[in-house]
Amino acid sequence: MTHLYTTPEAEMNAYNFAYLDEQTKRMIRRAILKGLAIPGYQVPFASREMPMPYGWGTGGVQVSAAVLMPEDTLKVIDQGADDTTNAVSIRKFFEKTAGIATTEQTTKASVIQTRHRIPEAALSEGQILVYQVPIPEPLRFLEPSEVETRKMHSLEEYGLMHVKLYEDISRHGAIATAYAYPVKVEERYVMDPSPIPKFDNPKMEMAAIQLFGAGREQRIYAIPPYTQVVSLDFDDFPFEASKADHACDLCGADDSYLDEVIMDDKGTRMFVCSDTDYCAARRHAGHVGAQGIPEKESVI
Amino acid sequence: MDTDVLKGGFSNAPVQSAQAFRAIMTLLARPGEILGVQGAMPPAPLSVAAGVTLITLCDPETPLFLAGAWDCPEVRKWIAFHIGAPIVPRAQAHFAVGSWKDFGPVTDFAIGTPQYPDRSATLIVELETLSTDGPALRGPGIKTHTTLSLPDVETFQANATLFPLGLDFLFTSGTSIAGLPRTTKVEAT
Repeated sequence: MTHLYTTPEAEMNAYNFAYLDEQTKRMIRRAILKGLAIPGYQVPFASREMPMPYGWGTGGVQVSAAVLMPEDTLKVIDQGADDTTNAVSIRKFFEKTAGIATTEQTTKASVIQTRHRIPEAALSEGQILVYQVPIPEPLRFLEPSEVETRKMHSLEEYGLMHVKLYEDISRHGAIATAYAYPVKVEERYVMDPSPIPKFDNPKMEMAAIQLFGAGREQRIYAIPPYTQVVSLDFDDFPFEASKADHACDLCGADDSYLDEVIMDDKGTRMFVCSDTDYCAARRHAGHVGAQGIPEKESVI
Repeated sequence: MDTDVLKGGFSNAPVQSAQAFRAIMTLLARPGEILGVQGAMPPAPLSVAAGVTLITLCDPETPLFLAGAWDCPEVRKWIAFHIGAPIVPRAQAHFAVGSWKDFGPVTDFAIGTPQYPDRSATLIVELETLSTDGPALRGPGIKTHTTLSLPDVETFQANATLFPLGLDFLFTSGTSIAGLPRTTKVEAT
């Protein structure tokens, strides 16, 4: 048996830049442009099989592959963290197939692919934020038929969503939806912001371009910079961007979204920043939380 | 055999189309900005920017309309070799290219359907010059306002009222390119 690609370089050259073939990239790029022209509207696209399972961010990966240039610097986060399996493997995937630079620093990245968080640091005009989306249709759990939900979007018939939020209030006394909190974009389309915590919803009116890719569901949507994104609510129950009422135990930040970590089987808990880059940068700058130790001493 | 038609495509398609797409995406996300693109050398009257846009976005899956002087054998042959897009009448086109005068009234291009507003045409309008000297633009992608030298005002105002339906525009001149999606509101001068 002969091996076609014998060296690592030859193996890498066997891929087209950023893995996907050009015809596929053009199809995805056209969908992205229509998505930007109709903010919040889900554009159908012919999602491809990727060398990773559905649910691992195949939609986001395809969108990233279609927008990446060789001079880009890519950051990938999973629930805010750069060092989790999903983030590490997607970063390595693009290092190998696109040969691009990668970073863990939000400010140094030109393209950021994210699963379920928006970085704490404000994004700037040159940056692109790519979301991995599991269920793009905000009305799906209220109306299982795609034919019906498409009709509802075309007629701007979003009463059902308000009924759902109202039922939250009648049952729990407040809107209990804590993540994937529905938003209305430019007073037209109700959109699923992907399962980001509602703490992140106000950040969606940003300077960067936001692209959303749902691989299994074959949808792409987008929000241009400086676009109005309003979280749905009621006059007497206004939207509230909530987080754990605590400061980060490592860096002391009281303005960041926190993960609750169980430390032992006696119920000891610790709250830490979900955004690892934000936490590390603060600790580097000398901030110390209640259970943290100064950065210099923590280096073994 | 006429070999000129074989020339003028991208020399490194994956990289050049990625760079061109980034420019086009930025322009449709930030109406009023003007960027330069390069890499394609299409036959006249196609501008470099229009040629780059066609090679980057079009392929055999995108029916294309050529308006007026742009519908000439040289352009048709170049598109057939480098892009392979079928040339169709305007009502069936996903993309169209030509001068504003040659387009005439743009009312018979596809503007999408209420359930599929994305099934609408993108018009590449070739202009003599492209500058930020023109009517004020407001809308998604624009922080306060921008300005752009548009060939017309009423047409784009009427197009914006169709939202979420409507046409999307790219303006090209030489190597310069700008964008105007249907969401942008053009103010009267």
